[in-house]
Amino acid sequence: MVKLTIPEIELMSPGHTGCQGCGATIAMRYALKALGEKTIVSIPACCWAVMPGVWPNNCMRVPLLYTAFETTGASISGIKAALRALGEEEVTVMGWAGDGGTADIGMQALSAAAERNEDVIYVMYDNEAYMNTGIQRSGATPLGAWTTTTPVGKTKFWERRPKKPMVDIVAAHKVPYAATLSIGYPEDFVKKMKKAKEISGFRFLHIYSPCPTGWKSPPQYTPKLAKLAVTSRAFPLYEVEEGIYRVTMKPKKTPLKEYLMLQGRFRHLTDEDMKELERDIERRWKELLLKEEMTAKLEELNE
Amino acid sequence: MVRMLLTGNKTTAYSAMRSRVQVVSAYPITPQTTIVEHIAEFIADGLMKAEYIQVESEHSAMAAAIAASNTGARAFTATSAHGLLLMHEMLHWATGARLPVVMVNVNRALGPPWSVWADHLDSISQRDTGWMQYYVENNQEIFDTVIMAYKVSERPDIMLPSMISQDAFYLSHTVEPVDIVEQEVVDNYLPPYDPPYRLDVNNPAGFGSLVMPNHYYEFRYKIAEAMEKAKKYIKEAAEEWYEITGRDYRGLLDCYRCEDADVVLFGAGTMMSTAKEVVDWMRAEGKKVGVARIRVFRPFPGEDVRKVADGAAAIGVMDRAYGFGRGGAFFNEVNSALYNHRNRPPTKNYIIGLGGRDVKPRHIRAIFNDLLKVKDEGLDEEFRWFGLRRENMPEEEI
Repeated sequence: MVKLTIPEIELMSPGHTGCQGCGATIAMRYALKALGEKTIVSIPACCWAVMPGVWPNNCMRVPLLYTAFETTGASISGIKAALRALGEEEVTVMGWAGDGGTADIGMQALSAAAERNEDVIYVMYDNEAYMNTGIQRSGATPLGAWTTTTPVGKTKFWERRPKKPMVDIVAAHKVPYAATLSIGYPEDFVKKMKKAKEISGFRFLHIYSPCPTGWKSPPQYTPKLAKLAVTSRAFPLYEVEEGIYRVTMKPKKTPLKEYLMLQGRFRHLTDEDMKELERDIERRWKELLLKEEMTAKLEELNE
Repeated sequence: MVRMLLTGNKTTAYSAMRSRVQVVSAYPITPQTTIVEHIAEFIADGLMKAEYIQVESEHSAMAAAIAASNTGARAFTATSAHGLLLMHEMLHWATGARLPVVMVNVNRALGPPWSVWADHLDSISQRDTGWMQYYVENNQEIFDTVIMAYKVSERPDIMLPSMISQDAFYLSHTVEPVDIVEQEVVDNYLPPYDPPYRLDVNNPAGFGSLVMPNHYYEFRYKIAEAMEKAKKYIKEAAEEWYEITGRDYRGLLDCYRCEDADVVLFGAGTMMSTAKEVVDWMRAEGKKVGVARIRVFRPFPGEDVRKVADGAAAIGVMDRAYGFGRGGAFFNEVNSALYNHRNRPPTKNYIIGLGGRDVKPRHIRAIFNDLLKVKDEGLDEEFRWFGLRRENMPEEEI
């Protein structure tokens, strides 16, 4: 018999109110499968603040605390402190915030929770813009992307800055574990989630989560895009454990153009523009490999 | 009885200890700072068992307290002025989430220009957040009120947060004798926090999800209903505390020699202790004056205000804050309580003590004399900026 690598348990029922092809619903389903039922989740304003359903409906089978936009880091700290005070040590506490709620408005509370090394998991599910409010750019919107606040116009007003490197930023707080995950690779996803669950201290997981509505991509391409982002190196899969970088997937490189052209948000880009993006992505990939090589030497220090 | 000489801030720390708070989220701000320092010392010395979260802002302080309370722990925090303003979003959140968080606010003026001294505009600006609001006049009252506030807030049919406001420096940094009631006595009075609903992996539920207009309205009504009910429970909690300690907080309005008074002066905080002293002096001179201290501002004691108005020929209201465009909040609320009442004596607003300017007995005496004039001659003006120094505002050359 084949051994299943993804747990059968379902802690997310049918009935969520997400869009067709929403990557974030897949992300939540896998995350809860990996963490199990002794999990408390806190969600700030984001798509997932609406997706569990309109009261009294709720598709989540774990306790869920909704919180204000900028408070995820503080909210999960408060839950964990209360659990400790009540003598409940077995429960995993997970914050589940979007990219805007993490890289922008929630950055302060996140940084503080990471610095205090709170014993919680913080997930940033990244659809690369404020999607719940209708596709406005965030600090995680990638170079070259159209959004409603970075319209193409006549002056090439599209996003001019690369994504904020959240894993690097959080890892710089000297937390035990930070990693990138993609819903395109469920086994790697669940493996990292389970690994995070077993570590104590602050754990940061950056989940790549395609958004057909905001990316102007066909809903059925969501898993495909989540794979192409990794293979094209737009979103490399790696982890940082006790300061040591490890690229967890080094797939055969696929052309960036293939990934970009499946999405309406990049359709304004000329071949020349795409080359600029490619240069940026290649530079970041090499930087990542260097970090891996350099930090490998830290292994001795950790022992 | 354990009598100690304590500042308002150290008293506050003791009140948290005796309330057996389980989670404290702490962020410093002048003049609140020594509250979180003393609590940290208590925990470090093993005198107090609580989780202490050193958050990075007041916004996070309230967010963490809310989450802790929702998980089933008794939560406490403290702040002042700009810290309270930064919390504003989460103050509304605590109410909407129906969580009995208790917080001490050290009333301080708002900048700019920077000022760290007493002024009530910080907490008055939180009037509509749905927090019960207490204003105290001495350190003993801080201790007693924090404990009583938990008792009321945590009732299953109330489940609303409470804010206890004490004046910057007049209480926060001033030493007074305080009776720190023994732990077992407090334990008998205040049972452990045991909320009907909490984040529980054995009974999963969502807290705070989206509701449509067909339900939101009733959620708000339930809060209004609980706030109204709280009036009765605040009095009951005070009655029980009175039986234990002999200290009397049984009125939402603390009336001093109001019964046969011709004129009554309303207000809140430490300046009302001064006013009570002046009442005694003026009574000795045959002047029938009285004081009504607003101890509980939310829920507002409208019925008690009306009772005072039934006997008084003129009412003055001192506000240590100004609502730009329409006078002090206490004045406006006293007026609104009286509008639909049979007896409506003239009312006059005295704006006083902003930014920590001292309110002295001679000021209160002058206000009483002014009110006696209003009684005899009628109202001259609605708002008076008492003690305004014209010399501080020279005419600018154009």
